[in-house]
Amino acid sequence: MNLDPIINYILIPLVKIGILFGILSLVIAYLTLLERKVIAFMQVRLGPMRVGYHGLLQPIADGVKLMLKEDIVPARADRLVFMLAPIITLIPAFIVFSVIPFGASSTIPIPAFTVPGLGWTYSGSMTGLFITDLNIGVLYVLSISSIGILGIILGGWASNSKYPLLGALRSAAQMVSYEVALGFSIMGVLMIAGSLSLVEIVNAQKNAGAWYVFLQPLGFILFFICGVAETNRAPFDLPEAETELVAGFHTEYSGFRFSLFFLAEYAAMIVVASMAVTLFWGGWLRPFPNVAFLSFLDYVPSPLWFALKVAVFLYFYLWFRASWPRYRYDQLMKVGWQWLMPLAIANVIVTAGVMLLLRG
Amino acid sequence: MPEPWTSPLVEALKAKFGDQVVKSYSFIGQNQIEIKKDRVLEIMMFLRDYEPSPFSYLVDETAVHWPKDESFELVYIMYSFAANDRLRVKCRIKEWESIESVVSVWPTANWLEREVYDMFGIRYANHPDLKRILLPEDWQGFPLRKDYNFRLQDVEWVRKHLGIESGQKYYVAEARAEAGDYVTPQD
Amino acid sequence: MSTNETLFDASEITISMGPQHPSTHGVLQVKLKLDGERVDDAECVIGYLHRGVEKLGENQTWGQWVPTLDRMDYIAAVSNCLGYCETVEKLMGVTAPPRAQYIRTIMTELNRISSHLLWLGTHALDIGAMTVFLYAFREREEILKIFENYCGARLTTHMFRIGGTQYELYEGFQDEVKTFIKGFPQKVEEYETLLTENRIWIGRTRGVGVISAKDAIAIGLTGPSLRGSGVAWDLRKAKPYAAYSDFEFDIPVGEHGDTYDRYMVRMEEMRQSCRIVGQAIDKIPDGPLMAKITKIIKPPVGDIYHSIEAPKGELGYYLVSDGATQAYRARVRPPSFVNLQALRQMVIGSMVADVVAVIGTLDIVLGEIDR
Repeated sequence: MNLDPIINYILIPLVKIGILFGILSLVIAYLTLLERKVIAFMQVRLGPMRVGYHGLLQPIADGVKLMLKEDIVPARADRLVFMLAPIITLIPAFIVFSVIPFGASSTIPIPAFTVPGLGWTYSGSMTGLFITDLNIGVLYVLSISSIGILGIILGGWASNSKYPLLGALRSAAQMVSYEVALGFSIMGVLMIAGSLSLVEIVNAQKNAGAWYVFLQPLGFILFFICGVAETNRAPFDLPEAETELVAGFHTEYSGFRFSLFFLAEYAAMIVVASMAVTLFWGGWLRPFPNVAFLSFLDYVPSPLWFALKVAVFLYFYLWFRASWPRYRYDQLMKVGWQWLMPLAIANVIVTAGVMLLLRG
Repeated sequence: MPEPWTSPLVEALKAKFGDQVVKSYSFIGQNQIEIKKDRVLEIMMFLRDYEPSPFSYLVDETAVHWPKDESFELVYIMYSFAANDRLRVKCRIKEWESIESVVSVWPTANWLEREVYDMFGIRYANHPDLKRILLPEDWQGFPLRKDYNFRLQDVEWVRKHLGIESGQKYYVAEARAEAGDYVTPQD
Repeated sequence: MSTNETLFDASEITISMGPQHPSTHGVLQVKLKLDGERVDDAECVIGYLHRGVEKLGENQTWGQWVPTLDRMDYIAAVSNCLGYCETVEKLMGVTAPPRAQYIRTIMTELNRISSHLLWLGTHALDIGAMTVFLYAFREREEILKIFENYCGARLTTHMFRIGGTQYELYEGFQDEVKTFIKGFPQKVEEYETLLTENRIWIGRTRGVGVISAKDAIAIGLTGPSLRGSGVAWDLRKAKPYAAYSDFEFDIPVGEHGDTYDRYMVRMEEMRQSCRIVGQAIDKIPDGPLMAKITKIIKPPVGDIYHSIEAPKGELGYYLVSDGATQAYRARVRPPSFVNLQALRQMVIGSMVADVVAVIGTLDIVLGEIDR
């Protein structure tokens, strides 16, 4: 019996999903610790120090605490929606990772083998360092990320209380506004690369000999700003501003459900950082991929280059949070609609014009 | 040893309001005028707009309880930027009387008068929002009066809200009488 | 709600901000009527911290009441003490000796810096700039150490007595204060680089909570809030007390009466306080610490009002004495109480996020408001 379809289409993806899920959960957990440590150092203090050596076991302690907490559902809340909302926010944040490439395609060989007694054969294949390579990758990422907004609105609504409602509405309006600018800001990249597939975009950067951030600097800046706004992080974190609305849309959530919202936020941060790296900073490529005498850098495996670049952007996220005050709601909307969107559209037009000129 | 004090301001006041001004004196360099309560609002407006040194800033408004002559002494302290000087205007009212509110002259008086009402029970006529400010809405009694028995207040509150007997009952005749015979530290 | 009405049909929501809220600086309840994000009306409910300080003043002796006063404006406790001691001294007709006056001035100005640092930290924290909070507290820690070395307490200090001060300066006081003064202006520069030119900060504070000079005087606003509106009035210059007439300092004045101007006024005041301490620390005269007063304090019959420039505004004491060992009426005129009245007119018409900024800029302390 030919095991090809089973192994190629079911077993290998499952193994990759398992590995990715494990790594991702660990990364998100330690991102929370990193945030506290980095911000603490910027604020002349030390951050978590007690749990484990210099606080390294803090995320585990937090996770255990949140799971063991009492599950409080407000009396007049809509139970079903209340329980579904964090799940609706969390799942899209995770499944977006299925199209993000951590390495080139066809890099890991799976050897052919035959099971002697049963006569099963497998003819071997090469698999890439990503779960799948959708030819509409970018579209998939954008649309699945939008589902996360639904979870926030439902969470605020189902709590049946004023503070979460205000927070949810603000959050939804903010995310919708910045999504438009986000979409426009990456159009320049799509036009240059000529494809929606994320793997193709990175390969196109390799062929072009320059990371797209040098060809589309404005696009990158706009993308990153919109990305920060999408994930409700400082300076756009009004919906969950502690000092103004207590905790915004997740005021009424505690324990495990709160941890789901929390995880979703950090997962979304990593998504935005990964997208920025893939679209603008060459994905898994090493610096100067076409320069021969730097080829010793090839010994560093490509997922590590990817991780390094993503780490730089996550550091920027934390830096913004520690340094800047937050925008007021109307100023936030003004920045999104009156500044970012026109700039993004202008970027698209200019890129199109330059491409036409260069082509003939 | 208050000394009598006169100045163009006092003359102008006496000229305009005649017998409303009871006396004017100065103690430790601080000038005070005592007026009657009937035309308080007009006098305050006159002072606020008095030309060479308008008293545009009401510093404080408070009251002092003198149970011996059953009266309250209302004290208005105001300041004039032009003359860099303060003036204290006092007004005596009997315990059951109410007085005109000066909120229309200085908006500052809003909360200051609410506090006087809260602590002393003096009612102000034409105050936009006269209700308790520092104490809970349903509080009975006016604490800063000299006849307010705060030990009795303590005994009653503790009994009602905590269900136990307060230690202050040893010092309050009413609580002792009610509780029957027990020995207090003073006996 | 009927079945056809939904939550979104209601055009006005009433939200109660507080009494438990991360940014109302104490137990303050603000009842906001909101139309979407716009504030239609704001009503302050206070009294959650009322402890009967004025009634205590009538039942404790003149000297016993002083520690109670520290608990009023607990952030700037030294000013409360100074105001009261000066009032009683005035009533009794004694003056504290020059050495005590200088020590009082130095401590009060350090206290002003520490109060403004706390204001800066919490105000920035409310608007979102978390880091400034920790930097400000780092500096404040130095001042609190000096206070602790001097009188044993960091917060509720009870530093002065009626007639002068009780404690002598400790060894190393001059050096510690001089080290602090030398390093402090750079720290103020550091906070300014984080905030003053920051677009987001300017956006959150320019044009927010505007009050004109005329309205400010009418509502009784005093202190840096009044100076931010353009009225150059400071009790340290208008009616000098303690040793202020010996020193040179400027009064910063704002222009537009908005939150940004009040912020700049307070930052500059910190620098000016530094300047005063720098001038005073070298010239402390020798001499006794206490004036000659009787052991049992019995002021003559009469009443008096005296006020000082506390960090928050004009802190005044109206004392009525009938010759006994206890006051007949002890009234405190708290600056934050009168300043808070201005909240309503500053906030109507602006957004919810601005309410938090305005509460921060008025610099209120509930201990003082509620007494």
